[in-house]
Amino acid sequence: MTKGNAYTYHIERKADETFLDSTELILNMGPQHPSTHGVLRVVLKLDGEKVLGTDCVIGYLHRGVEKIAENRTYAMFNPYVDRMDYTAAVSNGLGYCLAVEKLLNVEAPPRAQFIRVILTELNRLASHQVWLGTHALDIGALTPLFYAFRDREEILKIFEKYCGARLTTHAFRIGGCIYEAYEGFEKEVTDFCNKFEPKIDEYEELLTTNRIWVERTKGVGILSGQECIELGVTGPVLRASGVKWDLRKAQPYSGYDKFDFDIPVGANGDTYDRYLVRIAELRQSVRIIRQAVAGIPEGPIMAKVPKVIKPPAGEVYVSIEAPKGELGYFIVSDGSTQPYRVRVRPPSFVNLQALDKMVRGQLVADVVAVIGTLDIVLGEVDR
Amino acid sequence: MPEEIKGSEQPASSNAPEQPVKADVQVAPGKSGDVAEGKKAEDVKPAAPAVKPTADTVAKPSAPAAPGGPAAAQQPAKPTGPAPAKPAAPKPPEGPKPQPWDAPVVARLKAMYGSGLKEASTYAGQNYVVVDKTILSEVLRIFREDEQFDFCVDVTAVHYPKREEQFELVYILYSFARNERVRVKASFKDGEAVPSAVPFWPTANWLEREAFDMFGMKFEGHPDLRRILLPEDWTGHPLRKDYGILQQDTEWVKVHLGIESGQ
Repeated sequence: MTKGNAYTYHIERKADETFLDSTELILNMGPQHPSTHGVLRVVLKLDGEKVLGTDCVIGYLHRGVEKIAENRTYAMFNPYVDRMDYTAAVSNGLGYCLAVEKLLNVEAPPRAQFIRVILTELNRLASHQVWLGTHALDIGALTPLFYAFRDREEILKIFEKYCGARLTTHAFRIGGCIYEAYEGFEKEVTDFCNKFEPKIDEYEELLTTNRIWVERTKGVGILSGQECIELGVTGPVLRASGVKWDLRKAQPYSGYDKFDFDIPVGANGDTYDRYLVRIAELRQSVRIIRQAVAGIPEGPIMAKVPKVIKPPAGEVYVSIEAPKGELGYFIVSDGSTQPYRVRVRPPSFVNLQALDKMVRGQLVADVVAVIGTLDIVLGEVDR
Repeated sequence: MPEEIKGSEQPASSNAPEQPVKADVQVAPGKSGDVAEGKKAEDVKPAAPAVKPTADTVAKPSAPAAPGGPAAAQQPAKPTGPAPAKPAAPKPPEGPKPQPWDAPVVARLKAMYGSGLKEASTYAGQNYVVVDKTILSEVLRIFREDEQFDFCVDVTAVHYPKREEQFELVYILYSFARNERVRVKASFKDGEAVPSAVPFWPTANWLEREAFDMFGMKFEGHPDLRRILLPEDWTGHPLRKDYGILQQDTEWVKVHLGIESGQ
């Protein structure tokens, strides 16, 4: 047998066997496929339209983020993390800042924490809107994409006004925030919340009782709670399987324990439930944002952090509830200005592992639905 | 299929023994006994030469005792160095010291394995145990089955090229029932077989594949150990400290694209 590499995929086939003799078909989906949300390649083993097994070929977007970290100072690495899950750059930055702050043994001041919560939750909305738009588009509903991206624009405008960037925001610094909330920030965010809440109903009107949507998503890609835990799946996918677990509640960080919100859970663990859970999360995020805007305290936005960040030797693992699941940073410090090792625990990467389990025995068209419902971002899968 | 996997693995493993040798040669002139991981990391790091000195010189006036101090600390253990520094200077705040971790599971492990349990500590509110490599699999099983750590959050490794057992494997576990995290660590020599945790947690599958891809950890009992992020014909393991980024890049570009690298 010839040596395999990333560009070929070998099918074991007997010498005299022709293509039509075999009942199994190997189908390559991606990497340049519109429904794989980037450059994911899935090798499908099919029997007719039934999926017998899958193999994910990933790494097309690998940039060696963890290696880069070892050659940058702590502050210099901060913007890099935005580029992993680029639909939720603020969450990535928050996780990294919290991890380094833990190493330094400092805590961001209350005002910074509130600004962080507002922006992170806004980013959760934006991330879920990208998911909603693209997921619905994959399944064949065109309108939600336009609705979702129309409303996401308002969030990006707030980001732009706050820190000058729309996507890779680099909004936070180690020790707090560097930008004060701009003039009229609270009012703008509140206005957005007022405008956005009826929009969630609009999304639901389009999809929740839509017969095609229900038929395409109910009973598709079922994962039980136990399977989720075994496969390490976190975030909305885990909650849709009935496990009521959210790091914001389980191990609160950045002052999330001050806010009142619910954890939406599903019952069946199918694609439809995951849709319902994420829609419900939109409402909960708006609820958190409203409380944070109302209660935002006065005071400094930056803790006392030295100009040159030099954490004492040690190692910590800090994780947050990113829109896609548990995003963790394991940082080893050797007492110098550069991290000795930074490990990112990416939710998309681990969740994608469940794809095989979810699509076995289902149809090819369901693979598209399941990739959409897992809500992966390849920048984070590959890092 | 199995043959194919082995075949593609071959270049990596045959390449591996060379690298530590290189590192040894590099390190030998500055060999000053038990100097820290930090010093060595700087030696090996090829990139960012401009940044390093400036950062240090800026740091010096503010933290007079810093350069020698923290470098002497190996791991979270013994942050004794910087203690006599002037508190007036705005030097980085002193980190919390690792405290012994007291828990029923620690007592149990100690009773079962004695010195096999090398360390059980709490650092910054986070618990971890360091165990001997021979009992790693057993300890993981105890955490999984008896202690309800049903969620394997992450599997990763850290490379310390100066230690005899270069690779520290880290399992980060979480228990839903107890809402607790623990890290289980064990050190391995280069090329040594590592027991796989896939039988305990299926999620370890891809995570261990990544550890193999990036560090060359050879997981024994893993169902499908091949590269995951890098192409299968890649040589070397990039997250090792002695892995030269630039050289690899120029080589790969030359072989695969037939052009000179622009780096």
